[in-house]
Amino acid sequence: MKDFIIPDRDMGTPAVHSDTIVSLTVDGIKVSVPAGTSVMRAAAEAGISVPKLCATDHVSAFGSCRLCVVAIDGMRGTPASCTTPVAEGMVVHTQTDDIARIRKGVMELYISDHPLDCLTCAANGDCELQDMAGAVGLREVRFDPGANHFMQREAGALNPEYRPKDQSNPYFTFDPAKCIVCSRCVRACEEVQGTFALTIEGRGFDSRVSAGMESDDFLSSDCVSCGACVQVCPTATLIENKVIEIGTPEHIVKTTCAYCGVGCSFDAHMRGEEVVRMVPSRDGKANRGHSCVKGRFAWGYTSHGDRQTQPMIRENIQDPWRVVGWDEALDFAASRLRQAQSDHGRDAIGVITSSRCTNEETYLVQKLARAVFGNNNTDTCARVCHSPTGYGLKTAFGTSAGTHDFDSVDDTDLALVIGANPTDGHPVFASRLRKRLRQGAGLIVLDPREIDLLSTPHMGEGLHLPLRPGTNVAVLTALAHVIVAEKLYDEEFIRSRCDWDEFMAYAEFLADPRHGPDEVEKLSKVPADLIRRAARAYALAPRASIYYGLGVTEHSQGSTTVMAIANLAMMCGNIGVPGTGVNPLRGQNNVQGSCDMGSFPHEYPGYRHVSDAATRTIYERVWGVPLSDEPGLRIPNMFDEALAGRFRGLYCQGEDIVQSDPDTSHVTSALAAMDIVIVHDLFLNETSNYAHVFLPGSSFLEKDGTFTNAERRINMVRRAVTPRNGHEDWEITQMLANRMGAGWNYAHPREIMAEIAMTTPSFSGVSYDLLDREGSVQWPCNADAPLGTPLMHVDGFVRGKGRFIHTEYVATEERTGARFPLLLTTGRILSQYNVGAQTRRTDNVVWHPEDVLEIHPSDAENRGLRDGDWVRVASRSGETTLRARITERVAPGVVYTTFHHPATQANVVTTDNSDWATNCPEFKVTAVQVSPSNGPSEWQEEYRHHSEIARRILPEAAE
Amino acid sequence: MSDPASKLIRMAGQMADFFRSQPDRPPAEAVAAHINDSWTYRMRADLIAALQAGAKADPIVRDAVAFITLPQDVPRGA
Repeated sequence: MKDFIIPDRDMGTPAVHSDTIVSLTVDGIKVSVPAGTSVMRAAAEAGISVPKLCATDHVSAFGSCRLCVVAIDGMRGTPASCTTPVAEGMVVHTQTDDIARIRKGVMELYISDHPLDCLTCAANGDCELQDMAGAVGLREVRFDPGANHFMQREAGALNPEYRPKDQSNPYFTFDPAKCIVCSRCVRACEEVQGTFALTIEGRGFDSRVSAGMESDDFLSSDCVSCGACVQVCPTATLIENKVIEIGTPEHIVKTTCAYCGVGCSFDAHMRGEEVVRMVPSRDGKANRGHSCVKGRFAWGYTSHGDRQTQPMIRENIQDPWRVVGWDEALDFAASRLRQAQSDHGRDAIGVITSSRCTNEETYLVQKLARAVFGNNNTDTCARVCHSPTGYGLKTAFGTSAGTHDFDSVDDTDLALVIGANPTDGHPVFASRLRKRLRQGAGLIVLDPREIDLLSTPHMGEGLHLPLRPGTNVAVLTALAHVIVAEKLYDEEFIRSRCDWDEFMAYAEFLADPRHGPDEVEKLSKVPADLIRRAARAYALAPRASIYYGLGVTEHSQGSTTVMAIANLAMMCGNIGVPGTGVNPLRGQNNVQGSCDMGSFPHEYPGYRHVSDAATRTIYERVWGVPLSDEPGLRIPNMFDEALAGRFRGLYCQGEDIVQSDPDTSHVTSALAAMDIVIVHDLFLNETSNYAHVFLPGSSFLEKDGTFTNAERRINMVRRAVTPRNGHEDWEITQMLANRMGAGWNYAHPREIMAEIAMTTPSFSGVSYDLLDREGSVQWPCNADAPLGTPLMHVDGFVRGKGRFIHTEYVATEERTGARFPLLLTTGRILSQYNVGAQTRRTDNVVWHPEDVLEIHPSDAENRGLRDGDWVRVASRSGETTLRARITERVAPGVVYTTFHHPATQANVVTTDNSDWATNCPEFKVTAVQVSPSNGPSEWQEEYRHHSEIARRILPEAAE
Repeated sequence: MSDPASKLIRMAGQMADFFRSQPDRPPAEAVAAHINDSWTYRMRADLIAALQAGAKADPIVRDAVAFITLPQDVPRGA
């Protein structure tokens, strides 16, 4: 299905929120708007378009172009409608003879310094300058050719004012010749993105848009390639290279980004079956019209040459792949799975669902395990990122999800950011947070590394608590200690919403000096005074919010940390009101959804335990088979069982466990011990090196479904392009299931969603019709909340009373010593995503061609390392080599790297330690030694060799 | 890397480390409940077998064994 949607209209200036409503008349039409609204926007509300060039509702009004002037009864002159606020009883005229003359004069001046190559211009048909010339009736330009910015040569000589195109950015081009210096791009960079990379240099006729210093181009500047400037540019000055290459799009498909957990809504601008550009939806409730470099530009992987579109099989993982038809591949897969079960028992096989696939696909994969395999061996990669969030928040509040929506950030007075790096991992949320920080909200960052959020321009002083990796619980408990000791808690909230006696017990627990800032300083290396200041700031802010990431969960005490966070929020009454809350920043696009859909081995959809007879009965009735009441294997347990010879077959959809899971050699030896590994993916990923069946997958552009983002928002994913592999992923799972006797006959993902709604109370109101109508809804969505639930726990916690859980710090077993004196922690970078399977296959590699190791200058000097040197990183698990970057962003004793590139394989080094409650791996703490190196490690050489052999594909036999 | 049984004991020990500081219920019962909720019966049986065979473990883990359940057809102990 294709959606033909006219993009919503630009109202000229941003919406204003006010309780006071003002009425005025525009061109004889009465209109009422909130006080503070501009005359321009009021006119737009009345359906009247005032000509404009510098104004757009993405950024605040600027009043520079003078095209939007109007006449207002009783006011002198012709005020700019974009900067003039409405007043009660105002009478506005947008079209008079005087105004027409002024506008025509303004346009004439603009056009006198603009090339008239409209027919061959990339913005032809999508140019506001062109539109405005038409709107004001400009018919001639009376000025003689003179000094200008657009002619390369004048009278044979080079034009000193001319500047060539800047094509340094791989995704868009900056052509100064077309620039009208409206400053929209500069303002978008500041107000929307918050990077402040662009500026106007010079004055008057010399004014030019500049990406930083004169020596800078867009690539070398601070620009993060978010696309906000391109989006607001009214001309062809900043324009997508794809539009230059292809031309104007002819229809739009509304969909959802397939990268991080922010879940931005996008308008896919299409020409036929070709994507021309992805533009963030202005009505997108998560992103409000903003985007980052990944969602906006990095979708080229969907048509990359590495994309596999045909099924393949092989007897052994040493053999080359043999391309076969779907029937042969599925028969091979199904019979091997059944064989493994008949040889080794019903529990010998399992599935891994994907946090990158849709809810509907995930639901089918877990159903395959439960209803067709007859066991509960289903897990998701959320295991290795946010499983402690699910467990921790369910225990404290009663729901395995974040409490607030992203809009809530606009109301926060202070954000406490823990173990997250939003400007890289969740860039669009970071931009929204930065906007609030510039408005004066406070910031506390708990992170071993000095993250970019701390250097947000024009914010006040942020507090950075650079704790030693692995001491989250100690520091958070110390914050609670200070809040209780200084009686900064919200007694009324605790008495009404929690159990007072339970709180008193926790207060008594906290009172022990071992939880005090002075003791905690010794193990966390965070100065006690800083802990006290942070505790006071969080407790005293009227509305304080907590945002956290994998730096919280990926620890041996991940679940305890989540509970400590919940305690802090509850004791300060920061729940149930906008601007507060406990908000996990989910890693992948559908982490929330994959958990909701019953991917975990112990829980059916909606987080109901497999031993719960009532729930089991529902599914036994709907699925028509008896179901197991025994919890299945988690991902790390699958590997252990595989090495023990009891787990023999795996269907892995859309995940690259070899690269993303810890202790790589443990993972690869487990996979190598299995009889049948089925990889269902876009590419021959690292895991496929150990697979016997490869089922080609479909990209997010090629299928219908839904993703659920970090705010529980269920967003539509819509098919814009025919699947290159011939089938949407849910169809492939259905074909495999039916080969094993399932008898499924879903014709469309909407039918799968209907089954989810029928069986899951928190989804009972969800349907594709509702989603098409509303754009998106946040679960719970049911009879009590027919349009979903933006804020949870408003009048009471889902579990009844909020629960205070004691949070004793237990040091991780991963300790530094003489052999491994440094602590390695891992993270990600803006331009790359997760294992990089997608982003490495786009031009994003210009920003991050390889993983590097960040190391403090003193640690580097002790080891004789210089910036850019090859270094060997070794842990108890393994070793790898990469280049060093010397920086003070990491504290002495701590080193940091990313895991985007398989050649580096940072996870060769990480260990099998895991969270006590959920087995979420302890990616964030590994004791390592770093030493000079002159080349790849032995493991890297071996792996490269196997990887080359395992990726061979036999040429198809000529007929 | 550690052998499978000691890995299970280590995981159970981590749970003991958490539940020993919780005031609301005896830690051994809480550890057992968490294991019953989230481990497969084979992992549970392996843990019981290892402890019965004399493997070293946190006393809470030892006490938890009494509360760890197994399906009826799975023998208790190796």
